[in-house]
Amino acid sequence: MTGKSNGRAGRIGGVILALEGVSLAFGGVKALSDISFDVREHEVRAIIGPNGAGKSSMLNVINGVYHPQHGTIRYLGREYHDMDPHEVAVSGIARTFQGLALFRGMTVLDNIMAGRNLKMRTNILFQALRVGPALREEIEHRAFVEGIIDFLEIQAYRMMPVGRLPYGLQKRVDLARALATEPRILLLDEPMAGMNLEEKQDMCRFILDVNDQFGTTIVLIEHDMSVVMDISDRVVVLDYGKKIGDGTPGEVRVNQAVVDAYLGVSH
Amino acid sequence: MFYRENGQFKSSYASDLQMLPILQDRLFMAGLLAVAFVAVPLFVSDYLFLAILIPFLILALAAIGLNLLVGYCGQISIGHAAFMAVGAYSAYNLVLRIPQLNFLVVLALSGLIAAVVGLMFGLPSLRIKGLYLAVATLAAQFFIDWLFARVKWFTNYAPSVSPAPIEIFGWKIDSPLDKYLFVLCVLTVFTLLARNLVRGRIGREWMAIRDMDVAAEVIGIRPVYAKLTAFAVSSFYVGVAGALWGFVQLGAWEPLAFDLNLSLNLLFMIIIGGMGSLLGSYFGAAFIVTLPILLNQIPRMLGVPIPTALNAHLESMIFGALIIFFLIVEPQGLARLWAIGKEKLRLWPFPH
Amino acid sequence: MLKKNWPVALLGVALLVGLALPLATGASAPGFYIEVLLGGLMTGVLYSLVAMGFALIFKASGVFNFAQGTMVLFAALAVARMAERMPLWAAILLAMAIMVVLAFLIERIVLRPLVNQEGVALLMATLGVTYFLDGFGQIVWGSDVYEINLGIAKEPVMILQNVFEGGILVNKEDFVAALIATMLVVALAIFFQKTPTGRALRAVADDHQAAQSIGIPLNRIWVIVWSVAGFVALVAGVIWGSKLGVQFSLSQVALKALPVVILGGFTSVTGSIVGGLIIGVGEKMSEVFLGPILVKTFDLAGGGIENWFAYVLALLFLLVRPEGLFGEKLIDRV
Repeated sequence: MTGKSNGRAGRIGGVILALEGVSLAFGGVKALSDISFDVREHEVRAIIGPNGAGKSSMLNVINGVYHPQHGTIRYLGREYHDMDPHEVAVSGIARTFQGLALFRGMTVLDNIMAGRNLKMRTNILFQALRVGPALREEIEHRAFVEGIIDFLEIQAYRMMPVGRLPYGLQKRVDLARALATEPRILLLDEPMAGMNLEEKQDMCRFILDVNDQFGTTIVLIEHDMSVVMDISDRVVVLDYGKKIGDGTPGEVRVNQAVVDAYLGVSH
Repeated sequence: MFYRENGQFKSSYASDLQMLPILQDRLFMAGLLAVAFVAVPLFVSDYLFLAILIPFLILALAAIGLNLLVGYCGQISIGHAAFMAVGAYSAYNLVLRIPQLNFLVVLALSGLIAAVVGLMFGLPSLRIKGLYLAVATLAAQFFIDWLFARVKWFTNYAPSVSPAPIEIFGWKIDSPLDKYLFVLCVLTVFTLLARNLVRGRIGREWMAIRDMDVAAEVIGIRPVYAKLTAFAVSSFYVGVAGALWGFVQLGAWEPLAFDLNLSLNLLFMIIIGGMGSLLGSYFGAAFIVTLPILLNQIPRMLGVPIPTALNAHLESMIFGALIIFFLIVEPQGLARLWAIGKEKLRLWPFPH
Repeated sequence: MLKKNWPVALLGVALLVGLALPLATGASAPGFYIEVLLGGLMTGVLYSLVAMGFALIFKASGVFNFAQGTMVLFAALAVARMAERMPLWAAILLAMAIMVVLAFLIERIVLRPLVNQEGVALLMATLGVTYFLDGFGQIVWGSDVYEINLGIAKEPVMILQNVFEGGILVNKEDFVAALIATMLVVALAIFFQKTPTGRALRAVADDHQAAQSIGIPLNRIWVIVWSVAGFVALVAGVIWGSKLGVQFSLSQVALKALPVVILGGFTSVTGSIVGGLIIGVGEKMSEVFLGPILVKTFDLAGGGIENWFAYVLALLFLLVRPEGLFGEKLIDRV
């Protein structure tokens, strides 16, 4: 696996996102209990934990898909707990999904272009006529999207309906779409799930490139421990909706509570 | 061998983004337009205009409208004929009460009024979807039916409505050929606009909401804006189609002309023709218009005439069977079959 | 709880006020008011019968059967026509057999191939079934108006002449209908709660795959469900046909059962009853009492509020409480 460069430690900035006392419940089921942690700018923050620990729910809370019953999320100085997902997206937080949430009725190119929609401004009348500002905007954003396509090396597939692509490539399109929104923070929900070794290496490389070249802060959920240990700067560990560990990979690896959780010791 | 993109390289995004990037497609479209505008008027009989071509074109417009909402944006509506009624009655009242208005302006205004009404009845889509939304749209159908049947002001206190023939800039549109050309012009323009919408930003928003609305929100698309614009634009199209249907096709109509049956027919058009495809709207309209005629003529040609009542029932049965057939075998309708045909054409004469 | 449900409460209060108004303002004689109320209740019972079929199918297979109304019509037609040549009970039994065969065919030809599609596709498929049955039914059984003679006296009876001036006109037939509907509900409730098949149906409604994994034969269950729905349709068709005569417009009236399931909840048989009664009463009341007021105020060409009242009420409900009064709350999981 690619190791992280020593130069990266110097790039990590101040706290950009912080969760404080977040609790989330569905009916009687408590998905998250009093979770607090922060994310620093430009870092790669991993969230790990056994299945059902609430990791995806946490991303959903940050995204605004779920609204926590208690606690707040502080982002760029602003506190919120019930923002709509599209507002969160506009403010610079993007996301990929564990179960691939691509738009199956569209091509790869259109999927990624959809990610540019929040930057497009011309009104519907101009779009219908497709002249002047509407056409210019379309071309300008197409150029940007092509940049992303080059970056993720999916040029050959741009006109293909996404449903026809192999799983690994679909995951890349998911990433491309998230990148198209030019986010400051990128939430990745198990970006390497279901991939073979080669695909994982590619995806790792892309994620690190995104972090290096664009300075995007990465928050990722991942099960592959070697990946986590290698590429992340700090790690949060969840179990049964509670935080049981928080620190550098080295610290977390020797945390007894974490070891117990993974080995299935009852607690 | 003939239908290939070989050698057609694009060196700018602008040229890649054009509507028909493949040369053969452009030639085909040019040919089609030439046939439609020039050849057809020269060779086609009045009967064909009135019985097939004109209703086909107007219903295709309505089908495009419904397709934008149901096929592209994924919001179901089984009461869309109500908005056709709004368009028709708006046009009638505008022509009646403000006779100085140019008919093109009347058409546009009728569409706008239908769009506003459609927007209002589209508000439920912000909270409910699927089957629930279908029932809500029925409310639109029945309420608007009742409104135009009972509130006498709309029909100028007469049981049915019969406007004078349209006149634009001195061109009196009353012969079948005139009607055909007028409707063809309207349809060409509207199809062009629809195509632009669909391949632009709003089209992508609609399709994103259709395919996965949570993911769409997460990338910054506002569902409220997408759904309401879908309802508005769709109703605009359908309203204009309604006005044309009343003025050009029917000539005179009563409220029941835009009943639930028509709504369901529109839905069938896009299911059979292909949801999420403008071409499919055309296919579907063509199918629905020609089927009754075929059912009428073929038995007669075979020497086994079928009484009209039986014909109507047979039509119902065949409709129903075809809906089910298409849903099972080719949910994307005739348009998909066409696309598959084109794919095969790329390889022709090679098998694969 | 009231705080969260205030729109529903508001709607309920508005309906109750509307209900009490004619009596309170003395705009109508109490006897007449009761007549209208009873008339509405009876119509409501008929709606409930049709809606029950909807709820059953949706409860057990998640399919929204647009064709339920047409099934009612088809069953009624079958009984009416066959009863011309054989005793009524035989006709009813034969019709039941036909409905079972119909259920089997629908499951085989329409449902099974579409099993993985989402609700809207299935809805449209049932729409296709509607059209097919409409045409087919009329070819086979004919399109005239037919009679079903249940042997109950059709003349209305005057009762309670001492209590209300002029007495109240009630229909014996309607009472029988209400009775049968009640028995049907009780029977269905017992079926679902106490019998193994009923439990299997509920399991399937909850989760198809889980039910399959414990060995429940999905296809057979669906045939059973559609047969039960067919039976309910038959009962509704016979009662309704006896009251109104069997004709094509029956399927249109049955369309009104859709708002009933919206109000009551798609998955609730109780909800169908309550929803049907609310809609039946509301319709009749607004037609008889509200109608003339509207006609006079807005100079309308006649009433006909009945045509849309149910749907608009359903629309309002969809905005404030989509799951209906007794339905299950829908949760969207990401």
